[in-house]
Amino acid sequence: MSQDDLTIADPKMTAKGVDVFYGQKQAINDVSIDVGTDLVTAFIGPSGCGKSTFLRSLNRMNDTVASARVTGTILLDGEDIYAPSMDVVQLRARVGMVFQKPNPFPKSIYDNVAYGPRIHGLAPGKADLDVIVERALVRAGLWDEVKDRLAESGTALSGGQQQRLCIARAIAVDPEVILMDEPCSALDPIATAKIEELIHELRGKYAIVIVTHNMQQAARVSQRTAFFHLGTLVEYGKTTDIFTNPKQERTKDYITGRYG
Amino acid sequence: MTFNAAALLLLIAGLALIGWLAGRARSLMLAGRAGAKLHSRPQYHGWYVALWLFAPAAIFLAVWSAVSPGLITNSVLASEAAQGLPAFGFERGAILSDARSVAQGAQAAVRIPAAAPLVKPYTQATHFYAWIGIAAMLALALAGGLYAFTRIRPDFRARTRVEKIVMALLLLASLVAILTTFGIVLSLLFESIRFFRLVSPAELLFGTTWAPTSGAPQPGTFGGIPLFWGTVLIGAIIAMIVAIPIGMMTAVYLTQYAAPRVRRWVKPLLEILAGVPTVVYGYFAALTVAPALREFAVMLGVPNASTESALAAGIVMGVMIIPFVSSMADDSINAVPQAMRDGSLALGATPNETIRQVLIPAALPGVMGGILLAVSRAIGETMIVVMAAGLSANLTANPFASVTTVTAQIVKLLTGDQEFDSAKTLAAFALGLVLFVVTLLLNIVALRIVKKYREAYE
Repeated sequence: MSQDDLTIADPKMTAKGVDVFYGQKQAINDVSIDVGTDLVTAFIGPSGCGKSTFLRSLNRMNDTVASARVTGTILLDGEDIYAPSMDVVQLRARVGMVFQKPNPFPKSIYDNVAYGPRIHGLAPGKADLDVIVERALVRAGLWDEVKDRLAESGTALSGGQQQRLCIARAIAVDPEVILMDEPCSALDPIATAKIEELIHELRGKYAIVIVTHNMQQAARVSQRTAFFHLGTLVEYGKTTDIFTNPKQERTKDYITGRYG
Repeated sequence: MTFNAAALLLLIAGLALIGWLAGRARSLMLAGRAGAKLHSRPQYHGWYVALWLFAPAAIFLAVWSAVSPGLITNSVLASEAAQGLPAFGFERGAILSDARSVAQGAQAAVRIPAAAPLVKPYTQATHFYAWIGIAAMLALALAGGLYAFTRIRPDFRARTRVEKIVMALLLLASLVAILTTFGIVLSLLFESIRFFRLVSPAELLFGTTWAPTSGAPQPGTFGGIPLFWGTVLIGAIIAMIVAIPIGMMTAVYLTQYAAPRVRRWVKPLLEILAGVPTVVYGYFAALTVAPALREFAVMLGVPNASTESALAAGIVMGVMIIPFVSSMADDSINAVPQAMRDGSLALGATPNETIRQVLIPAALPGVMGGILLAVSRAIGETMIVVMAAGLSANLTANPFASVTTVTAQIVKLLTGDQEFDSAKTLAAFALGLVLFVVTLLLNIVALRIVKKYREAYE
């Protein structure tokens, strides 16, 4: 495999020499990676390897942790997201996030999806907002299930539906990148399959980065896979290569279940 | 020889210690002799004996302390010397208490000559019942101790028994508070019923004139509406207008913006505010806030501006309630899961939007519960209103005028020389009952809301 196979001509996001610290403790050590526009990128690795930490530094969610500090460069369309000129509110509108546990707001289904468009002023009128909400729910594959009960509370949905509602909520602000932090770890297999199907459909519309514990899931949904271990990026490559022909001994050990 | 409960309690405590040592030693000895393993560790056998020795005797002691004075007095009254006593009234009581004081050694000689012949029967009766009490207590202690002591065997489940006894004692302790509350309610209820025989409940609840006079109740003078209105105006309106926004903003600042160092200082300071005695707030309201407000009102040309005003009492009460509201709101906001906050921030909401649109709506039920609790505290508050709001029952919406509240009137009705069975005095109990029912309902509703809301996130 040549280096060219990995080169992404027009990366959506680029990280160069990124370190993340929590207080004195270093959680991420010198990670460089490109995230492709039309690709699903999976971060895999054992618990505590730093993959979620790294994911959260891509939309500066680490800012909410007082002791967290990020050094190095992370670019979004060539723009440094940690530059003083970068507005974190705008950044998070462009880089959406879906969390491990579904976290719908205790509001109606409609208001959950409309939350982002409202705060960003994306819809001038009620009719426009209706269109945005419907489109987001359709894209998240939830429309048919909830179209007759948009006024019901989002928290009354099942776990899988809640997670798709959260995906719809993220889609509604029309982001360029969607970060997913173990989006299926709290869901049953059927709900998981639905989310994976959804990721397939969303691919190409958004750059997607997904953190997962489940290697089969990474193999199923992603085109690129990054293996993290102890805060470092051990290996990054095409998903098929990582799973069939890993170059690093540690990657091989992990995907064959030697540890993790 | 008198019945000294404290010394006797020490005595049985000492006996219990001996029982403890004996029980422990016996269990070890029996186990050693039989070569068997003890079911419970030796000290449980000790505790078993000690508790059986102590508890029945202590309970008897408590009961006897309550009952024996009555028995003593009865036996004195039955004696020949007591036949010359006045049949009833103040003099009779004074003579008896004079004789009792001498008999128990509290004073050297009688002050009322008529009490002198009673001293001897009193002394005799006191001794007699003291001996009976001590003997019965010791017998109970020994019987309990022996019973427990003889039951000790290696396989005796002393630990389970001790745990059961301890549980019963804990239950007893919690019953004390409950029974006391029950007793308070009953006493309120009985006095209120006496009042409602004189004045109809409808008059108290719906009448608009409050001007109680001594003697036979005049119709139309026991209307509670001005008091209820004053209470609501001060406690539920003015105080809450002050306390809710400031308390909420404090909570938002402390939970969302304050650096940990600031939080470490501000929270304890707020708690100090909550610990200031209400009478101090009362001074502050009466001496500082009320005169300033009056000058302000006069400047504005408000009619009826008084140095005692609803506004002064309400504002200071609001300040008093701030820590209460802010700590309830603080808890509710903290109970909203971090995931909720993250979800909003990840959509590009600012911290401010997150607080207004996600955290506060999610925390609102809990905050509402906290506010209701604060209201029930405010309407039961007494010192501030007595000192700053005044005692004249005006039915007015002018916050600069003097108004009065239920609690202030209770104080007014019960202080000074009063006959204890006049409608005026009994009215205090009826007002207390109304207040009790209202605050109880508020608390029940508030706690339900808080509980329901807590469950939603668990």
